[in-house]
Amino acid sequence: MVLQVKGLCKSFNGKEVLQNVSFSLKTGEILAIIGRSGSGKTTILRCINNLVRCDRGTIIVDGMVLCKEDEQDGKVVYAKSAEMLQIRKKLGMVFQSFNLFPHMSVLENIIEAPINVFGVSRQEAIELAEKLLEMLDLQDKVSAYPFELSGGQKQRVAIARACALNPLIMCLDEPTSALDPELREGIALTIEKLAAKGMGVLLITHDMVFAKRVAQRVIFMENGQIMAQGSKEEFFNQITNERIKKFMAE
Amino acid sequence: MIDYIWGLLQIDYIWGLLPALFSGLVGTLKIFFITLLLSLPLGILVAAGRVSKIKPLVSVLHLYIWIMRGTPLLLQIVFIFFGLPHVGITIERFLAILIAFVLNYAAYFAEIFRGGIESIDQGQYDAAKVLGFNSVQTFMRIILPQVVKIVFPSVANEIITLVKDTALVYIVGYGELLRAGRIATNRDASLVPLVVVAVFYLAITWILTKIFERIEKKFAYYQ
Ligand SMILES: Nc1ncnc2c1ncn2[C@@H]1O[C@H](COP(=O)(O)OP(=O)(O)OP(=O)(O)O)[C@@H](O)[C@H]1O
Ligand SMILES: [Mg+2]
Repeated sequence: MVLQVKGLCKSFNGKEVLQNVSFSLKTGEILAIIGRSGSGKTTILRCINNLVRCDRGTIIVDGMVLCKEDEQDGKVVYAKSAEMLQIRKKLGMVFQSFNLFPHMSVLENIIEAPINVFGVSRQEAIELAEKLLEMLDLQDKVSAYPFELSGGQKQRVAIARACALNPLIMCLDEPTSALDPELREGIALTIEKLAAKGMGVLLITHDMVFAKRVAQRVIFMENGQIMAQGSKEEFFNQITNERIKKFMAE
Repeated sequence: MIDYIWGLLQIDYIWGLLPALFSGLVGTLKIFFITLLLSLPLGILVAAGRVSKIKPLVSVLHLYIWIMRGTPLLLQIVFIFFGLPHVGITIERFLAILIAFVLNYAAYFAEIFRGGIESIDQGQYDAAKVLGFNSVQTFMRIILPQVVKIVFPSVANEIITLVKDTALVYIVGYGELLRAGRIATNRDASLVPLVVVAVFYLAITWILTKIFERIEKKFAYYQ
């Protein structure tokens, strides 16, 4: 298991957004988290990427403890910053709005962290970036700035940036939301490529067709709880839960 | 009226004024450049402190900015040069001027930069964090470069104001452009020196405006 999440709980202003969420992700597996708006999907990704501190729960990334509950007082303890940096290197995150750095070219967006945070040589960082850009069909955009790119291109740059640290897990928040339907197949193929390289992919989506197309396993969330999870076949072929049926029909 | 225009054309007279006015100009430029050089970085630091999560620091800086922006610069100069000696702190004239100007302008710059920092999307911080940047790197590499572009027009405005504010130091009798002009005007009972002084200020602000236009073009490489 490259990622294990156990008993994750999170409240915002007294409102329980995540309630006892547990799941795990295997190397090379594509796991889709689906559910309606506000069900807590993004919050799960934000907890895993330590953008939000959880109230309770354990998160283990490739054997390293990101956070766990202290045995004595039950408080959540987080990894120290040196360890946290190592954990970050194992995680890639592609935001729903991409959050590219607008003042940097495509190449700079990708090489900035490897060089300045992880001490990779400039030469090496550029070589890897060029390889990634080629894989994502962006070789002619190396020196473009984000404002010059289409939504789909921005997304691929965001993926390349997240891949530049060779993560073991790639998190994607609503990867199809900014794309035209024709581009969905492209992102599906990209996600499959990442998984084929050995990354575990955790993807959030509203889009059932897309989940069905790309995921191997599916988690259905409602009101901060996991209502159902299973392999894609199990999930889509034998839906018994009325709520899920209703969600699918929408 | 004709006499007045004739007066303006008295090239020899103007020529004779120039040495005094130029030495006044040096005084003006000294205040201007040193203030700029110190107050800009200080303003950025204050802005960074203002948006930090360190509560006592935020309150102290808030108070500092409030005082500096809420009272006239002229009063601040007077207070530091004439007021502080009453409590036993005597500061040399030029240093007193600089302290007042730097503290005052840093406060204005800090507010401009704070506005810029707050206009940056939270997503930029999130992206920097997941890539492993620490908070200093995030500020220096991701946030500040974007802020500089956003706030540049306001900062440029403030810099133009600074040129004109340097004239306030007449109150402590420091030799600068306006003082040089006033001395000549009083001595010769002529308006000409003041007109020449105005031309000097216009020249400085014109040069600055041109420089700002260039810098703004440089920032246009992204949107
Ligand atoms: N920083 C925050 N402060 C307060 N409330 C928050 C915060 N982040 C999320 N929430 C709340 O948590 C709930 C879940 O939000 P989350 O973004 O995880 O939902 P989601 O499933 O990703 O929804 P969507 O499909 O619309 O993106 C929402 O009710 C939201 O208002
Ligand atoms: Mg979301």
